[in-house]
Amino acid sequence: MTAVLEKPLPTAPRSLEVERFVARAAHRSPVRRLLSRLRWPLGIYTTPAVIVLAWELASRIGLLAENTAPAPTRILHAGYELYQRGELVPSVVISLERAGAGLALGLAVGVTAGVLGGLLRSGEYLFNGVVQILHTIPLLAILPLMIVWFGIDELTKVLLISFGAALPMYLNLFAAIRGVDQRLVEMARSAGASRFRQVARVLLPGALPGFLVGLRFALAYSVLGLVAAELVNADRGIGFLISRAQTYQQTDQVFFGLMIYAVLGLLADQFVRILERVLLSWRPGFEAS
Amino acid sequence: MSAIEAPATTAAVRVLDVVRRFGDRTVLHELDLVIDRSEFVVLLGPSGCGKSTLLRLLAGLDLPDGGTVEVPRERAIVFQGDRLLPWQKVWRNVTIGLSGSGARQRALDVLGEVGLADRANAWPKTLSGGEAQRVALARALVTEPDLVLLDEPFSALDAITRLHMHDLVRELHRRHGAAMLLVTHDVAEAIGLADRILVMNEGRIGSSYSVCLSEEDRRSSQAREDLRGRLLADLGLAGRR
Repeated sequence: MTAVLEKPLPTAPRSLEVERFVARAAHRSPVRRLLSRLRWPLGIYTTPAVIVLAWELASRIGLLAENTAPAPTRILHAGYELYQRGELVPSVVISLERAGAGLALGLAVGVTAGVLGGLLRSGEYLFNGVVQILHTIPLLAILPLMIVWFGIDELTKVLLISFGAALPMYLNLFAAIRGVDQRLVEMARSAGASRFRQVARVLLPGALPGFLVGLRFALAYSVLGLVAAELVNADRGIGFLISRAQTYQQTDQVFFGLMIYAVLGLLADQFVRILERVLLSWRPGFEAS
Repeated sequence: MSAIEAPATTAAVRVLDVVRRFGDRTVLHELDLVIDRSEFVVLLGPSGCGKSTLLRLLAGLDLPDGGTVEVPRERAIVFQGDRLLPWQKVWRNVTIGLSGSGARQRALDVLGEVGLADRANAWPKTLSGGEAQRVALARALVTEPDLVLLDEPFSALDAITRLHMHDLVRELHRRHGAAMLLVTHDVAEAIGLADRILVMNEGRIGSSYSVCLSEEDRRSSQAREDLRGRLLADLGLAGRR
């Protein structure tokens, strides 16, 4: 073996790698701008839309059986038929009435208890135990009991929905009020703000983000309660349409009923999103890229 | 706490034999302190010496385990952080302790004094650190307090902003004439602002220096250097320049 003389290391400095940042408009060609707009053309609804399209396609080429999963267009058509027979609108109206009444009652109770529990130690002791116990009981499991107590009429449905709405509202509002930055409360107290003003200007606005989270859960749970109540026993409403369609094996109508529930849930969610944008404009926002 | 008629003296603050313990740790050890009306006192001490504890007692945010604390009913605190309510516009933050008609105008006046009249309708999230702390100053002064407590109010600000804040605080003190107690661990800040500097040590007022220097002398003079040396020595930092 011959000894190899090692080459001396290059003395020239390593070439500097550079990153360059320029204004956004400059490096974006019209093509790329178009592409980036096409990437998520419907925002968060892009994925659902793609799924529906794929579904339609799969039905058309016979991949999905008519009776198990009818094509989206057929589902819409079934809905149109219901509308023409004059059954759709009254059903939606009666379901909305139930949901509205249940929500109003549930939110009233949840917000009142949540504010009292959040602000007062005695309120916490009064409500927290009960709510924690009730919260562990599945919403659907109390339905049989409610039917025994309140019958199979509207009252049971409204109470079930309000039960579903009140619990998440209480829990979130309570946590939100207790979670308000104590340094801000201390500041208000030391600045001489009255107890009322501490509540009105510090605690309640500070709890607003948590309140909106509670509202979102309450709306979602109330739709859940609506479905449960209507499917078990109803002679009117969306749930009635679904269970009747099930009896006669009209799968497209079943799907259409489910679609209405989904749209109700989506609308509720959008409503809270708008509320958040309006009410929380003070918040240093987080925007994902 | 009880409301009592203030004796006809010149003292704004009287603290007598105050003891405060946290668990088995005694933070304030039979501490005495008197602050005259319109006096600017700076409380200097290493961190953990009980400065903030004393300030919280004076603010009424905490109660002593022994001794008495006597402070004016009208008092205000400027905290270390700005503690602005992010959900209220700037002027609404200033009026948090103020009610009745004319509150808004009062807030605008005081915001003008701290140089922020044009930001009255801004959200706190749009303010810089220095601006936010100026709003906190305005919030403290808007109720015309007899005592203003400042808990390391400028420690989070950069050096240049801090110097501007010193000028502002001196000016506000001259105009409002409230007694002020500022807690800091910055010796230069203490010399720049104080009528009297107290050095705290092991839960007591260790030493006290009256500062009768002109504004120029506070910035640079032999007297300033002597005072600085003695303060550093009291803080256990002798030999450092």
